[in-house]
Amino acid sequence: MKIVNNINPSIDGKGLMMGRHGYTDDFAEKDSLIIKILRSPHPYAKIIRIDVEKAKALIGVEMVVTYKDFPRIPFTRAGQGYPEPSPHDKFVLDEFVRHIGDEVAMVAAVSNQVCIEALKLIEVEYEVLEPVLDFETALDNHSIIHPEPEIHEMFPIGFEPKRNIAASYNMHIGDVDKTLSECDIVLEESFYTHAQAHSMLEPHSVNARLDYQNRLVLYSTTQTPFHVRRILSQTLGIPLAKIRVIKPRVGGGFGGKQALHGEMFASYVTWMTKKPSKIVYTRKEVFESTYTRHPMRLDIKLGAMKDGTLKAIDCYVLSDTGAYGEHALTVFMVTGSKVLPLYNKVDSVRFGGDVVYTNHTPAGAFRGYGAIQGNFALESAVDMLCEKLQVDPIEFRNKNMMKEGETSPIFAIMGEGTEGTAMNMDTCKLEFCVKRGMELIDWQHKYPRFAETEEKIRAVGMALAMQGSGIPYIDMGSATIKLNDDGFYNLMVGATEIGQGSDTVLTQIAAEELLTELDKVIIYSSDTDLTPFDTGAYASSTTFVSGNAVLKAAKKLKEMMIEASAKFLNAKLGEIEFDGITFRTFDESASISLKDLSNKLTYNHNQEQLCATSSYVGHKSPPPFMAGFVEIEVDKQTGEIKVENYVSVVDCGTTINPKLAEGQVEGAIVQGIGMTIYEDVIVSSKGKLITSDFLNYRIPTRKEIHNLTTEFADSYEESGPFGAKSVGEIGIDTPPAAIANAIYNALGVRLTKLPITPEKILKAIKEKR
Amino acid sequence: MKIKLTINNELKYLHVEKDEYLLDTLRQNNYLSVRRGCDTTNCGVCTVLLDGKPVPSCSVLSVVADGHVVTTVEGIPQEAEKLGTYFGLEGADQCGYCNPSVALTIYAMKKELKNPTDEDIKDYLVGNLCRCSGYVAQEKAVRKYLGDKS
Repeated sequence: MKIVNNINPSIDGKGLMMGRHGYTDDFAEKDSLIIKILRSPHPYAKIIRIDVEKAKALIGVEMVVTYKDFPRIPFTRAGQGYPEPSPHDKFVLDEFVRHIGDEVAMVAAVSNQVCIEALKLIEVEYEVLEPVLDFETALDNHSIIHPEPEIHEMFPIGFEPKRNIAASYNMHIGDVDKTLSECDIVLEESFYTHAQAHSMLEPHSVNARLDYQNRLVLYSTTQTPFHVRRILSQTLGIPLAKIRVIKPRVGGGFGGKQALHGEMFASYVTWMTKKPSKIVYTRKEVFESTYTRHPMRLDIKLGAMKDGTLKAIDCYVLSDTGAYGEHALTVFMVTGSKVLPLYNKVDSVRFGGDVVYTNHTPAGAFRGYGAIQGNFALESAVDMLCEKLQVDPIEFRNKNMMKEGETSPIFAIMGEGTEGTAMNMDTCKLEFCVKRGMELIDWQHKYPRFAETEEKIRAVGMALAMQGSGIPYIDMGSATIKLNDDGFYNLMVGATEIGQGSDTVLTQIAAEELLTELDKVIIYSSDTDLTPFDTGAYASSTTFVSGNAVLKAAKKLKEMMIEASAKFLNAKLGEIEFDGITFRTFDESASISLKDLSNKLTYNHNQEQLCATSSYVGHKSPPPFMAGFVEIEVDKQTGEIKVENYVSVVDCGTTINPKLAEGQVEGAIVQGIGMTIYEDVIVSSKGKLITSDFLNYRIPTRKEIHNLTTEFADSYEESGPFGAKSVGEIGIDTPPAAIANAIYNALGVRLTKLPITPEKILKAIKEKR
Repeated sequence: MKIKLTINNELKYLHVEKDEYLLDTLRQNNYLSVRRGCDTTNCGVCTVLLDGKPVPSCSVLSVVADGHVVTTVEGIPQEAEKLGTYFGLEGADQCGYCNPSVALTIYAMKKELKNPTDEDIKDYLVGNLCRCSGYVAQEKAVRKYLGDKS
């Protein structure tokens, strides 16, 4: 392969470094109306009076709208395929506000300053209701967060709003209680994870205008432009054909831009006023009023025999979806389906629990969703079990973990919102990943701890992880490739570049199949008018699902070009070979260059636009696997942890772009490290998020990150484009458990609540003494 | 109010509000490589050079910049292109939103520090947050850029 699996700089990085325009707010019309939202100061309240007359009278104010201006159409902002597996429990504006930062009213005015003045003039009287701020008390709480009658589920997801349940799910294989009763050792522990914030550097932003056909044209920082178009139409009643959603360059998403935030408001303002408008979220709004990761409590039981055979996994999970049930079920199911199959040799498994409403900022999609929470619990518990069994944790994993050619019955039972899909692991290089990771971290010499001094100690820890590659039978990607005169191509994809490099990767796949150079394939992505459908950038699907669509389209176009050349050369179809530059008969008696053929097809001979469109829907979701190894230094006096080195050995099939794949893994590792030890989320007793800026919410800076060592296993997944699986999410899964295991190896204390702050470590040391 | 700024070697007379920040002035005048990240001077995305020194433009009042020299990444095209090459080779460029601000800071560091150590580089660039790359690839690219004497 010439283009795939070779070092190719991203196709857009240099232009972006040089400051070329291209992000959403760069496209806002100069005279846009500015949109600002009045946000709730209460975690839970009902608006009993709202008076906007004074605000409306302010010079420069174009419109002020409240819940009274909208029909009662419940929807979900989740940004998923249709019908959505999330409850329809949100209104564009509502008479109830369910978290601090929830929307009360919207102002559109000529400037930011006028908007701010207008917001102050809106008079609101609230009936303050009793909030639910501890998710462990949400279930059957007398305070019901969604009492409204209109809300509903699209299909059974265990939705019971009267009990504060957004979704629930239960499954089992075998008789877990019986198996556990027969085990030599049973380990039981509860783990807690917190509401990590995505912290992409570009805040959410949308701008709108009517074009000269009077159609609504949006630029949006979205990961799901086609879902946005559909949901806008369903909710605002604007005909689908009248909406065009363009996703330009996006400054990071990580799942936080899968949902709709701001699209409703800009669309409404522009549709009603016919004037361009824009909304740019403040950083505080991004923290307080978009999404977080779902906080969870995971109660896990592992049963094993003395010889180190794992027999049973039992996992009850309680998940906090906050004020709205966006991704409630899907995140919950992935907590099981992309974690538990790691140990596929057990006799019985049970997984279940509830996703509850609270009056917190809603939780939603976030890179590695469910998997990182489940992984923290399972991979911490495995180390704890090994300690009880007096078995080496690496030996235990090697004995019990998934191997190539094997399967797990869980795949067929659990999908993401629906039933799953049975599949065998045609590629699973976990054994290699573990072996190579041990070498790279020097496990043999460093496990469990080393270099102890009076003040400091070093230690290593590890964890395994798996992920998926798209959602089978649901996620669709499509691609159109056309041949231009002069012999270059346009590649149009619905797939959504959000900074992860998908435009480059998809261009590489097309160029490889068409035997051409990267600069001969011009990609254009994510424009609902101009590119074919794609579900969007989520569920680790772009390389695998959209990549397969690109490969199919390139194959189809290549056949069309060969057919056209055969006609021109008066040759038989099966007797032409194409090397990317020239079409030649096998006997070399006749030939024509691609450049000449494309020019003739355009201007002179059998004129025809050659163009191929293909779609791909996965029939399976081949998991990437990885082993993560961490070396830490702990300061015994302060409880501070320094991550000295993080080794990732990843099986993601072929790396279409090895450097970009490395970037996906390393960026995710650092987000995982952040979640584990730095990114504390503090909510006041009144439900106010304290950590709502980058001063208080500490994402890792470069001072905290030292060595990252990333390698890829030699692996070729037949079902993937040129052997590729996904790589976008898996990197984030291992740090919580690997670091918690390393802390145990260093100090003999087990931390079960994220984030693991110095205070918690010191407290644990004290309690141990 | 009217202020005088030299932006990327061009003299500009601009009308600004007295409480307007340089970030907004620059964006309103189509210097769109200068971007908003946080509002609280914590992320570094809005960095420009003011008289050659990196500053967060979200916290510099435009009137304070009156009479001074502002450089955005469009003012250092060759250096930005060179950095873009090294970032590309290391796979250090992801979303690109912060890259112009990182380029300006690295350029200023190159002028200010002689033979910086890895720790010096981290210290100089610490105010430029990145949520995509994990930093390590960026720093490899920076090393190569600093070693490029062309």
